[in-house]
Amino acid sequence: MTLLRIRNLTVEFATASGAFRAVDSVDQDIGNGEILAIVGESGSGKSVSMLAVMGLLPWTAKITADEVSFDGQDLLNMDPRARRRIIGKDLAMIFQEPMSSLNPCFTVGWQIKEALRFHLKMDRKARHARAVELFEQVGIPDPEKRLSAFPHQLSGGMNQRVMIAMAIACKPKLLIADEPTTALDVTIQAQILDLLASLRDETGMGLVLITHDMGVVAETAERVSVQYAGQKVEEQPVADLFNTPHHPYTAALLDALPERATARLLPTIPGVVPGQFDRPAGCLFSPRCKFADAKCKATPPPPLGTDLGHARCFYPLNTADRIAS
Amino acid sequence: MLKYTLSRLLTFIPTFIGVTLISFSFIRALPGDPIVVMAGERGLSDERYAELATQYGFDQPIYMQFWDYLTGVLQGDLGTSFVTKRPVWDEFFTLFPATLELSICAMIFAIALGLPAGIIAAVNRGKFLDRALMSTALVGYSMPIFWWALLLIIVFSGNLGWTPVSGRIDLLYYFPNATGFMLIDSVASGQSGAFTSAVRHLLLPTIVLGTIPLAVIARQTRSAMLEVLGEDYIRTARAKGMSPGRINGVHALRNAMIPVITVIGLSVGTLLAGAILTETIFSWPGIGKWMVDSIFRRDYPVVQGGLLLIAVMVMIVNLTVDMLYGVINPKIRKR
Ligand SMILES: Nc1ncnc2c1ncn2[C@@H]1O[C@H](COP(=O)(O)OP(=O)(O)O)[C@@H](O)[C@H]1O
Ligand SMILES: [Mg+2]
Repeated sequence: MTLLRIRNLTVEFATASGAFRAVDSVDQDIGNGEILAIVGESGSGKSVSMLAVMGLLPWTAKITADEVSFDGQDLLNMDPRARRRIIGKDLAMIFQEPMSSLNPCFTVGWQIKEALRFHLKMDRKARHARAVELFEQVGIPDPEKRLSAFPHQLSGGMNQRVMIAMAIACKPKLLIADEPTTALDVTIQAQILDLLASLRDETGMGLVLITHDMGVVAETAERVSVQYAGQKVEEQPVADLFNTPHHPYTAALLDALPERATARLLPTIPGVVPGQFDRPAGCLFSPRCKFADAKCKATPPPPLGTDLGHARCFYPLNTADRIAS
Repeated sequence: MLKYTLSRLLTFIPTFIGVTLISFSFIRALPGDPIVVMAGERGLSDERYAELATQYGFDQPIYMQFWDYLTGVLQGDLGTSFVTKRPVWDEFFTLFPATLELSICAMIFAIALGLPAGIIAAVNRGKFLDRALMSTALVGYSMPIFWWALLLIIVFSGNLGWTPVSGRIDLLYYFPNATGFMLIDSVASGQSGAFTSAVRHLLLPTIVLGTIPLAVIARQTRSAMLEVLGEDYIRTARAKGMSPGRINGVHALRNAMIPVITVIGLSVGTLLAGAILTETIFSWPGIGKWMVDSIFRRDYPVVQGGLLLIAVMVMIVNLTVDMLYGVINPKIRKR
């Protein structure tokens, strides 16, 4: 069953120099207990699309969509009060910077118990017991003592565990993790990913993992959505995506994986994600694509069918009539 | 925390000596001879003048006079007023409650209005309410105290007749000042109407004295809130589904309090300076008026001692503020 269903989501920011489209007609389906990875270079609108779902964008953002529904409820036209009963309870999110995402003025225990108090109306004793249990669940040693610590007294990895504990406190149906490991040391990164995956197995919650790292995707995800310059350019189950990428951008991301590199230097994708002023008329990836021709540069390609991973490309790779480069 | 407090106390020593020196030289830099002023229009003979000069130590070289003063201060002796012949210390503590009462009321007034005004402005950033509040604050900040006081007196005391113009209470009431705080003493006296009278006397001076701190606090609260509201942990609080009221009032405000408390602490200095003018305008019998009168009388010990005590008060307030930082945001304590 579909837990989160997004159709034609577009987010535009009002800037001093006009509107900037950060997310461009994105569709997304996340099922119960599923792990979806959203991958793409920075600036691809991964965070903005999920922040739009959570209702966390600033007022400068204009959100339009045909549908954004969670668990059968229309999130888009819901009044803020009703939305707040879902956000933080059934739909939770964690962020890239665990250090700055926790309030320096309050103990981590206070910050966890707050959600329990407001969403689950637990009394003081029950809150404390649950907080201890959550800390054990996310692998924080000596929970009783750590609950009274302030964020600055804990390491980045510990703080991210606190953030995760806080997010899963009310047993959410879906957890959105926005680059949860990007700010952490490599060894800690693997631990946090393992933790997220095992929490999914234990609780059966859905997980959206936003990342720019194909390595993380390979390790954790089940289905992958590739986003570029605000558009979803391809979507496939993880194994298929790695074996037969259809969009040249996906292929380029995979080529940049260290274990796939053939030369001594890692291949990188030349150029940068287009911003507000250099958005191409046709395919957004065309200026950086080695296969692009005049048609690509002039007309935006519509998404292809499911068999081709919904790739937004006129010349998809790894198809019957065209074998990968 | 204890170590931090002690190290802060150590920095008091040079400040203390500096203040002693400044208060000592300030009054002497003013033209006018205290003995001549004391003698008044009758004048006095040369012999009597010399006698008095010896008595007060004015025949000594200036550095000896300072040394005597400093050693006196260190032993807790601030000298005796030339005019009233009472110890400076006693006079200070007789008058200080009046100033303290006025200052506390002014501060409460400033915080009670300034904090919400700043929060409301920040939450409504760029909208009409924000602009209206901040322009009002700017007007309040740039208003000369003297002019503002006269305006209020003309409207509320003159035209409307709501508030008295001077003093702390109607002459009708008399009771011993047990605490020196008129609001408390008037209630304790049990005389009906005394408390109301005290409140009505306090009203205008409180507003006049509190206006500038009010404007400063409102502006600082706004900018601190705006900064904090952009922080990641505010997004986290919203992601938890907390209400805007709770986010602004708990998550953001606690963090915004650090800069706000700093300006509140700094306002105390401004407040005491403002008290001098306000007390003079409203004939408020506090240390502000006492200092001004003493300067006109060239009452050296009173001016020296008064300035010193005021400076110590300000230093204590600032120390308290520093201590509060660590209580509000434990991260600061670590440094
Ligand atoms: N509040 C904002 N105002 C204007 N532009 C924004 C804002 N937030 C993000 N953007 C822009 O939207 C684009 C997508 O950002 P984001 O979703 O954060 O990318 P990422 O894929 O790295 O998460 C970026 O170009 C970014 O500059
Ligand atoms: Mg991002």
